Amino acid sequence: MAPLLQLSNVTKSFGAVRALRGVSFTLEPGEVHALLGENGAGKSTLIKVITGAHPLDDGEIQIGGQLITHLTPARARALGIACIYQQPALFPDLSVAENVALRLEKTSPVHGVRWAERQARAKELLHRIGAEIDPAAEVRTLSMPEQQLVEIACALGTGARVVIMDEPTASLTQKEQHLLFAVVRDLRSHGVGVIYISHRLEEIFALADRVTVLRDGQSVGTNPVDAINEAALIKMMVGREVSAIYPLAESAPGERVLSLTGVGCSTSGVHRIDLELRAGEILGLAGLVGAGRTELAQILFGLTPADAGEIRLGGQTIHIADPQSAVAQGIAYVPEDRRRHGVILEMPIAANVTMAIHSRLFPGTWLRDAAERALTLDFIRDLGVKAAGPQAPGGSLSGGNQQKIALARWLATKPRILILDEPTQGVDVGAKSEIYKTIRQLAADGLAVLMISSDLPEVLGMSDRLAVMRGGTIVAEFPRGADAHDVMAAALGQKKEAA
Amino acid sequence: MQKYGRELSVAMVLVALLLVLAVVAPAFYEPQPLLSRLAREAPTLVVACGVALVMVTRQIDISIGSVFALCGVCAGSLAAAGWPLVAVFGVTVLIGATLGAVNGALVAGLRLPSIVVTLATMVILREGLRWKQQGAFINLPDAWQWFGLSQRSGQITLIVCSVALLAVLAWASRNLAGGRFLYAVGSNAEAARLAGLRPQWVTLAVFVFMGALAAWAALLNIVQSPQVDPKSGTGLELKAIAAAVVGGVAVSGGRGNLWGVFVAVLLLACINPALTYLHVEAYWEKAIQGAVILLAVIFDGLRNRRQTT
Repeated sequence: MAPLLQLSNVTKSFGAVRALRGVSFTLEPGEVHALLGENGAGKSTLIKVITGAHPLDDGEIQIGGQLITHLTPARARALGIACIYQQPALFPDLSVAENVALRLEKTSPVHGVRWAERQARAKELLHRIGAEIDPAAEVRTLSMPEQQLVEIACALGTGARVVIMDEPTASLTQKEQHLLFAVVRDLRSHGVGVIYISHRLEEIFALADRVTVLRDGQSVGTNPVDAINEAALIKMMVGREVSAIYPLAESAPGERVLSLTGVGCSTSGVHRIDLELRAGEILGLAGLVGAGRTELAQILFGLTPADAGEIRLGGQTIHIADPQSAVAQGIAYVPEDRRRHGVILEMPIAANVTMAIHSRLFPGTWLRDAAERALTLDFIRDLGVKAAGPQAPGGSLSGGNQQKIALARWLATKPRILILDEPTQGVDVGAKSEIYKTIRQLAADGLAVLMISSDLPEVLGMSDRLAVMRGGTIVAEFPRGADAHDVMAAALGQKKEAA
Repeated sequence: MQKYGRELSVAMVLVALLLVLAVVAPAFYEPQPLLSRLAREAPTLVVACGVALVMVTRQIDISIGSVFALCGVCAGSLAAAGWPLVAVFGVTVLIGATLGAVNGALVAGLRLPSIVVTLATMVILREGLRWKQQGAFINLPDAWQWFGLSQRSGQITLIVCSVALLAVLAWASRNLAGGRFLYAVGSNAEAARLAGLRPQWVTLAVFVFMGALAAWAALLNIVQSPQVDPKSGTGLELKAIAAAVVGGVAVSGGRGNLWGVFVAVLLLACINPALTYLHVEAYWEKAIQGAVILLAVIFDGLRNRRQTT
């Protein structure tokens, strides 16, 4: 029998970033195939290629033994591929039955609606997966796991032969997890192939038949779960050597600048954070997506003020109520998504650079072009920004150079504490090493740097000290030179094995 | 060149229209009717400047016609009660700013969509005024018309007042930190917030300013006739928004230039008399105005598509 799905040598690039480099992957009927990898290893890209959301650059896809060129989302659905995302994509204002109907019914706009039939089918599908959900309920009133169950019911209803689940248990309780596992096993027994993405290794061992590990857009290997153990999997995930592009600290860290004791914020789910930042030191913050790292940064920058614990800056207890007070205290935050939250693409570089220091650079609110220009030119030179000039729009720069401008905006505030959220995301290798040098130079100049990164080699290579977050709090702290394996194990929530 | 493409192309259309008129209907350039026409457009120009700034901030204000009418009536009543001109001007602008602050507080404070908020205040103010005035005109003291000057000097004063205001605003929007805040918030409010700006205060400020400008426009309007019409300003918001759009202000915020708005106000103002002089039936007037607006938007749409692909 032909495999349900077969990818051979699939390649996909986004600009200079090669997200997938020749990945091969097979899914057999009646198989639960787990997909494992660090953040950014290429899992989501692979899923999007399979669902037709991204066209591939090279390689081929066979579905049910049939070679498919030009896969589109509609085509993929028609061929029986269903994907259940972490965040269910349902219509919140419509009822469960209507949501199911929208996925399943193919009717012309003037076709009459058979309401009874809709209700009955939704009810039957929900019953099949053991979910007790009223088909007439509006989706907005359902909990997140209930919405996921509705998604699964839809997938079942379309007669999907390939079901992709992207971290389905991330928001489920223990009981709901067991229900979900039963559903997955039921799908398997009906010959459906399930691609199961999860960071929780214990789930993979409980549920999957085979596991494929992705790293840097390549498949590191596919193994039956019986033939492999957790330690081997983690080793496959991290695998890389910390290379020499990370500049080292030349002096010991200075005085303590910022200390957090028991800091938490109920709205963002961060709790009991104990942390210390020293001048001249780069503190890395590692963890998986959703571990609460960005949320912690947002507490420190006053975007979601802390409602528990104590923040001390240079020995004084402070309250950071909003970004303005954070800036006044000398805290700078370079956000993660620079296109949405960092550089204002329509505005000139110069305006972007001076955005956070208007009142300082322009007392009396007159803009002084000469001062702005001089400052911007200094940054363009110091950070090695490749730009046509200070008046070039932010949107005309490459990713790495935009990141430098976002950095320049905050360096212009002359901060004491610099928080960097994924500073090299989507930046090519050359620009990366320049950014690393800049960050190290800033630390050497006495700045306390808190660097959030999902790139494990990067955060290991850059950090003088490394804290690992999981589930909204800090679960481990490592000195420089920590072992990648231990860090990954902490981020995944594995108990440290006795060495 | 690329940067001011829109302003230049609108200006070219205007120049072409003026040339055609110069050849076909030299009567268009007779000084007195021309002066009257320009003076009549002075309030539109002031309101269009305000609404352009509101749009740059990615908001909209459609209550300006009603604010305009209310401010006109207030100013007229105060004038009729014998208040001195300067005091009337000051109080009226304050009233306009207060009404703008109500809009701004609802939009910025409660984060309501500005189109709905200002639609509501537009209706409330307009109907409230109708109930209060019952359509009655207010007679102004004699010394009020044309500021007590001759008609000619009065009209020139109005034109100078509005164009000078435009020049100051155009300069300020480029050279004051506040102007830059408008563009930053309109381009990307979240990025502006993360840069330490306060988008909500910027939004409030732009609505307050809009209200004050609507009041100022009302004052420039009432001095042109011996009576204040409580129904004035109906449709003014559409005229102003049309001018802003034709002038190159992006409805999606963050882009636009007040000089472009200036040229667009002149262009739209010239269309009506041009039709008259060219002996086109008056029925076509609105259709042609609509076509100009549509062309402007199509132009933007094509340009944006070219940029993104």
